[in-house]
Parts: sequence; C-alpha cells; structure tokens
Amino acid sequence: MTQLAGAPGTTPAPPAPAVRRREKAPLSLSGILIKIIALSVLNAIGVYALFVLFVAGSWLVFGLGVATLLVLDWIYLSRRALPAKYLAPGVFFLVIFQIFVVVYTGYIAFTNYGDGHNSTKDDAINAIVAKSLVRVEDSPAYQLTVVQQLGTFSFLVTDPDGEVSLGGEGRPLEEVDSDGTSLDGYETLSFNDILNNQEAISAISVPLTDNPSDGALRTPDGTSAFLYESTLLYDEASDSFTDQATGTVYSDAGNGEFASAEGEALTPGWTITVGFDNFVRAVTDESIRGPLLGVVLWTFAFAFLSVATTFALGLFLAIVFNDSRMRGRKVYRVLAILPYAFPSFLSALVWAGLLNPQFGFVNNVLLGGADVPWLTDPTLAKISILFVNLWLGFPYMFLVCTGALQAIPDDVIEAARVDGARNWGIFRLIKLPLLMVSLAPLLISSFAFNFNNFNLIYMLTAGGPRDISAGVNVGATDILITLVYKVAFGAVAGRDYGLASAFAIIIFIVVATVSIIGYRRTRVLEDIN
Amino acid sequence: MTVNIRNLIRAGAIASVAALALAGCSGGGDDTADSENTLVVWVDANRAEAIKDVVSDFESENDVTVTLVQKEFGDTLREDFIKQAPTGKGPDVVVGAHDWLGSWVQNGVVAPLTVDNAGDFEEVATQAMSYEGQQYGLPVSIENVALIRNTDLDPSAHDTFDEMIAAGQGIVSAGQAEFPFIVQLGPTADPYHLYPIQTSFGAPVFGTNADGSYNPDDLQLANAGGDEFAAKLAEWGSTGVLNINVDGDIAIETFVDKKTPYIITGPWNLERIKEAGINYSIEGVPSAGGEPSTPFVGVQGFFVSAKSNNALLANKFVVSYLGTEEVQTAIFEAGKRAPALKSAFEAAQSDPDVAAFGEVGAAGVPQPSIPAMGQVWGDWGATEAALISGTAGDTTAAWQAMAASITAKIAG
Repeated sequence: MTQLAGAPGTTPAPPAPAVRRREKAPLSLSGILIKIIALSVLNAIGVYALFVLFVAGSWLVFGLGVATLLVLDWIYLSRRALPAKYLAPGVFFLVIFQIFVVVYTGYIAFTNYGDGHNSTKDDAINAIVAKSLVRVEDSPAYQLTVVQQLGTFSFLVTDPDGEVSLGGEGRPLEEVDSDGTSLDGYETLSFNDILNNQEAISAISVPLTDNPSDGALRTPDGTSAFLYESTLLYDEASDSFTDQATGTVYSDAGNGEFASAEGEALTPGWTITVGFDNFVRAVTDESIRGPLLGVVLWTFAFAFLSVATTFALGLFLAIVFNDSRMRGRKVYRVLAILPYAFPSFLSALVWAGLLNPQFGFVNNVLLGGADVPWLTDPTLAKISILFVNLWLGFPYMFLVCTGALQAIPDDVIEAARVDGARNWGIFRLIKLPLLMVSLAPLLISSFAFNFNNFNLIYMLTAGGPRDISAGVNVGATDILITLVYKVAFGAVAGRDYGLASAFAIIIFIVVATVSIIGYRRTRVLEDIN
Repeated sequence: MTVNIRNLIRAGAIASVAALALAGCSGGGDDTADSENTLVVWVDANRAEAIKDVVSDFESENDVTVTLVQKEFGDTLREDFIKQAPTGKGPDVVVGAHDWLGSWVQNGVVAPLTVDNAGDFEEVATQAMSYEGQQYGLPVSIENVALIRNTDLDPSAHDTFDEMIAAGQGIVSAGQAEFPFIVQLGPTADPYHLYPIQTSFGAPVFGTNADGSYNPDDLQLANAGGDEFAAKLAEWGSTGVLNINVDGDIAIETFVDKKTPYIITGPWNLERIKEAGINYSIEGVPSAGGEPSTPFVGVQGFFVSAKSNNALLANKFVVSYLGTEEVQTAIFEAGKRAPALKSAFEAAQSDPDVAAFGEVGAAGVPQPSIPAMGQVWGDWGATEAALISGTAGDTTAAWQAMAASITAKIAG
C-alpha cells in the first residue's frame, strides 16, 4: 500500500469535494418514502413496547426504552450522524444480546439467586404465610356469599346446619337473620364482582370466635369457605415468624432466609446480594476442591489435544486433496466435509450408540463382537472422546486449511524450488509458516471453543465413568464446564444460578487469559509477511 | 353491464370485509376491558386437547377467558415455571409431575389447594400431591412400571424373581430368545426401573413419618436388605441377567423383537408393543427378596401459581372443573395413564392394560418429592452400575459407601 501512496501528483485530487456533494444531495423520492416507512415501523413497535412497559410498571426498562427510541430517531433524522446510521443497528443488538447478558451474569454472580432464593422478601413472606395456613381437619365447608358495606367486604356464611352468620377481617362470626344469599343493608357481590376483587377477597380471614386459636374462615374460590389454622404467625414489627405450637421464633438471618436460633430455616428464602461468597465457594467447596486439579488438567489436555489432532488431520487432508495429481478430489472434499454438516450434539449421541460395548456398531461389526468398554473404562473413555471430537472437528480444519493453502501464491513455491528446496523443506519452511499467519487465531478460538465443549462431553459420556469410591459426583471425562453444571445444577440446594455465574466468570477469565497470551505470541508470526 | 356488476360485487365484498374487520376490532376492545378475568394455563399438547370442552364450559359459565399455552412436558416446563412465576409473568394454573413439587414449594411458586373431596381420589395420588402436610395439586393421572410378559414365549406367571429368571434361561437355552429378562439400565444404571426389585428386599429409599410423608433424615437404603440387594446385583450382573449396556431403546427393541420374554417398563412403551403384535400380560414384578415389590408411582396434576392474580378463579377452575369425572376420563383417553379420580379410575378399568398397570401401582409408593431425593439419584445409579458391571469390589462396602455419601450430601 505504501508504494501506491508514494506516487502522488499523477491525477488531481477530486474525491474530497465529491464526497461532500453527495452528503448534501437531496434523497430521491423513493429513498425518502422508504426512510419514512422504516422509521414509522420502528417507532410504532417502539411506542407499543413502551405502552406495555408503562402498563407493567417496569420504569427502568421504560426509561431505557424512551432514551433508545429518541436516540435512534435523532440518528436517522439528523444529517450530521452519518457514521452512527451504520453503527446504530449493530450497537443496538450488541447491547441487547452481548453486553446485557454479560452484565447480568456478573450481577447474578454476586447474589444467592437459585432454588429456594428465587424472588423477593415479600414473596417469601407471602409464601410462608400461605404454607402455614392449614385447613382444620374434618372442618365443614361453609356456603359463602360475599357482601359489602361502605367498601368493606364481609363473609355471609351458611354452616352445614343451616345457620347463617356474618363476619369480616378481624370481626368474628356473628349469627344474623338472613337466608344466606343477601342481608339488609349490605350489597351482595356477583361472581364477576368477586373476580374483580380477587386479591382482596382471598386475603380476608374471618375469625371463627374471639379466640384466635380456634382458626379463621378463608375462601379458596369465592363460593365456599373453609376453616384454617395458622401454624406460623408473622410479626411485622420484629420481622419474624413465631411457631404457634412450639413458640420457636424464626427471624431474618441475614442470608436471605428466616431461621431459628438453632439454625433451622423456613422455605422459601429470597434473593439478596452476597458479595464474593460465590467466588469463595467456587474454590473452597468440598465437591469441587477435591477433583479440581484432575479436572483442570484434563480440560487443558482435552482442549489442546482436540485442536492438535483435528488440525493435523485437517491439514494433512487439505494438502493431499489440494494436490493436482489426486483424482476425484471434489468427491473426497465433499465426503470430508460431511461430519461438519450434522449438529454436533446429535453426532455425539449417535457415537454414544455406536460405541456401546455390546450392541454398538464398532464392537459388534467392525471388531467382530469384541467387548471393548469404550465409554465405561476411564482411559478408553478419554480416548473415545478425543476420537469422536477428531471426527467432529477435522472438517472445519480441513476447510480453513484448504482455503489458506490456495491463498499461497504459486510463485513463492516456485521461487523456493528454483533455490533448490525439496517438498518437505517447502512445507516446513514456507507453507506452514505462511499458513500459521492466517490460521493461528482460528486455532486459538478453536481451543477456547473446546475448552467449553459441553455438548460433546455431556452427550457422549455425561462426564462418566464415575469412580464410586470418590464420593463426589465427578467422572473421568468431566471438563470444567460439565463439573460446573453438575455442581451448580445438581447439588444440595438444587439449582444455584449465583454459583454457576461465578464459575462462568472464572472460566471466562481462564479462557481470556489463554487467548490473550496466544494472540500476543501469534503477532510474532506476522513478521513473516 | 357485466363489468359493472362485477365491480359492484367487488365493492360490496370489500365493504363487508371492512365492516367485519371493524366489528372484530370493537369486539377486541370489549375483551380487553374484561381482561382482568383471564386465566392463563400452561398445559401439554395431550392434555390441552383433552380439557378443551371443560375449558369452554368454564368460560361460558363464569364469563371469563381461559388462555391455554402449550408447553412440552418436562424439565423445561418445570424450570420456566420456577423462573417466571416470581416475575408475575407465569401462568395462573400449570400442569406438572408430583416429584417437581418439592422444588416448587422450596421456591414458593405454588399455592396450597383446598380440595373438598380429597377422599374421592386414589390415596396414593392425593398423598403424592401433598408436601409437608399441605395439598398443592389436583391429581389427574397415575403411572408406574410393571412387568410385561410375552405370553407366547412364557404362558404362565411366576411367584418369585428367581423362578422367572430360571424360566427365562430355559427359554433362552431352548433357542426361542436371546435374553432371559430385560430392563433398561445404561452406563449409570436406572434406579427407577430397578426399584420394584430393590423394595422386595425391604430396602426403600427413605423411611416415612407418622403422616406417611418421607423423612429425609431416615435413609433406609443402607439397611440389611440393601446389602442383600447389592450382592444380588453383582450376581445378576455376572450371570447376564442385568446388563448396563442395555439402554432404553435397546431394551424395548429387544422385547418387541421377541428376543426376551420379560421386560420391566411403563405404559409409555405399550403402544410399540401393541404395534409389534405381541401377546402380552401385565403384572407386578415377582418378588426377589421375599417382600412385596413396590414400584415408584408418578402422579401428574394441575397446580395453582402462588403469584396468580386470579387465585379464586384458578382455584375454582382446578378444583371444581378439572376434578370432575368427565375431565379425568378425557385426559386418560388422551394419554392412556390411569386417572386419579376413583370413579374415573373404575370406569377406565374396562381397558385391561390400565387395570393391570393400576393394580400394580396400587401396591406402589409415590416417588419422593422432597428436595433430598435430588441427592440420591447420582450416587445410587453410579453404584448400581458399578455393582452390575463388576467393578465395585466388595458389594456391601460399595453399597454402604454409597449410603454414607448420600447421607453426607443430604446433611449438606
């Protein structure tokens, strides 16, 4: 490029004014129409979304939505924001699909979000209250009519003996003279009225007598009432639950749940931020610390060997099929790409079937009924994983190597031949270094991909075979990401999104470090150019 | 003239379409005014079809709208419900399996249900839908595994597992079959399918409290019966009765190809067996250890979300409409799983397969839904697989190590 720049003066320099003129040129009619239509569609969708958000009351997202829409409109209506017009769609989707996900994962890593802690404290209190309401055994069903007076709802109930009584929130039942469907001075609610006030009516509890331990009437469906007893009582002032039977007090333990002095917790809890707890747990948890070293070693070995074997085979085939003396090259090339055409998790499942020790095709047909435990012996399982990944991965390497090989100019090779180089020398000293310039970044990303190759491991061996004497649920072929999956989603408290996010961040840091070091070193290769 | 008439017709058509569209719009407007009384129900395809009639009855009788959202029945539904219920965007009513109940209650996403006529349902179903003394779901169907016997290969039932295996081996040596018996296992075994055999040694997973609920602190796996079962697993593994290379697909294929006289499986495989034209009989798994063999019973039903804004309506729909005999029968006909309502169950007995599976299931126990159960499966399956494949070493030591590991995990 420098040579071209070094040849000035041959032509006058017209481009600058031309560009300026184009910028000021008025749009054609169809252009304006398309612009108006596209902008109206965008705004229509945006305004509709804003309405929905407004009704739902999610103010933060609403604010962001307003800001985004205004910025987008400004960009496409303004005459000055030309670069932004091209950047805006990309940035918009980058923010939604990448940055938001990363930021949200980061946020979750600092919370205890997971099974048992998946909502707000208010929800948890409501759920515990609802759980502690137990229907009094053998209590009868009362026929219910909901009535109201001056905006206050009351229950008009008929007990199975035909006696009619009236009561309301905090007002015990009193016998009244009525037929059970209406009462003088009160307005009877229709079923539709009841439905429109469901939350208020389902929250009403009418004490049976002055003594609260006799229980209270509640309605589950608006047409009948049952007698319930509360086993746990919530006290707002002290923010604690008291067990009516034993007197145990459960107070906010500070870790997102109500717990007694003995440490017995009520479920559910709620989500709180826990600082670096998840990261500390990620490295100190018993079920991780034990197998961690072995798993990390195998993860690196697996990722490195996967890249090395697939690259070696792909490059070999690319060179062979690139040789003009080879006949039927096109057919071979198509065949070599076939494994690339199947979804990898499907292929892994199929291979799991093929490698079945007794019924699988490999042992049954290819090895004449041999009983080789491909997937159940720790060492053989690792070899099988690498072999299947070779089958899955070489077509990609074959494709990129073919492309890179064909990009090497013939005259470079010819020049080397003239200088007296032999085939092996040409490959080792000329072709390979030239290939590595364009392929090294792909090899690094392939390493990063295999480092997290969850599909293959999970579908082929599910991390097994497991050493049952180890006590932790980790098998011989588990890599970091499958270990994380098992720990975060198969552990004591069920799913633990906080812990999983912390792991995701740690793994990201490992992969990013390896990749950065790798890219730094590949810059050396660029000197060849 | 003709052209004019055509134009006239065309204009008329356009006008009427426009009028219809306007009418449609105004109708839509009315609906949104009433939208507070819309019930959202998450349901799988089979049951969505089955409850359509009762949904339209419910809509017209109560002047409300019910939106059925179809979901694939499985872990995704279970997870989606846990994630979406707290945000208020979840359904009002959801279909689910009873063994998800523990985690749903733990996350506070389901509300207790008051069923007035709980006694009208099969006891095992009501029990399965209850958690810590509260009933949360309305049961609709029951399923469990049983022994299916190819009556052409072996016309007579057997009293004990050993007798059955002996008969099976006789059939194999006569050259009529390849395997004396088959059950799906795979590399991590399959404790669910092996459970009837295990319980016949008197070794359930958990002990029970006075009220029939499971006690997570009382792990019964490790009792003397468990050791006996472990020794038997190793023995059956070495004699080829059990084989971890047999996964679900291979198991059912072997049976429909008439390569084995017996298989332990559930109603979900019946269709394939019928298609293959096999004469079969469904019966309880013969006892191997002397005590009755009790399979796990799975119960499916409908639950009300704890965050439903239509709690009263949702309750009414679930209890008063889905609990009726016609709905239970319709759901049974769509999925061929035994109904949970006693009267519907009795009516379904006219189907001999349902009657047979139901009889086996009546002796079963609900699969534990307590969260502690999540700690059991992994070690349990891995140890069974190691015993069967002969890599476990001393059987009692391996079984006890498994129990110790599970106990430690439950204790946290």
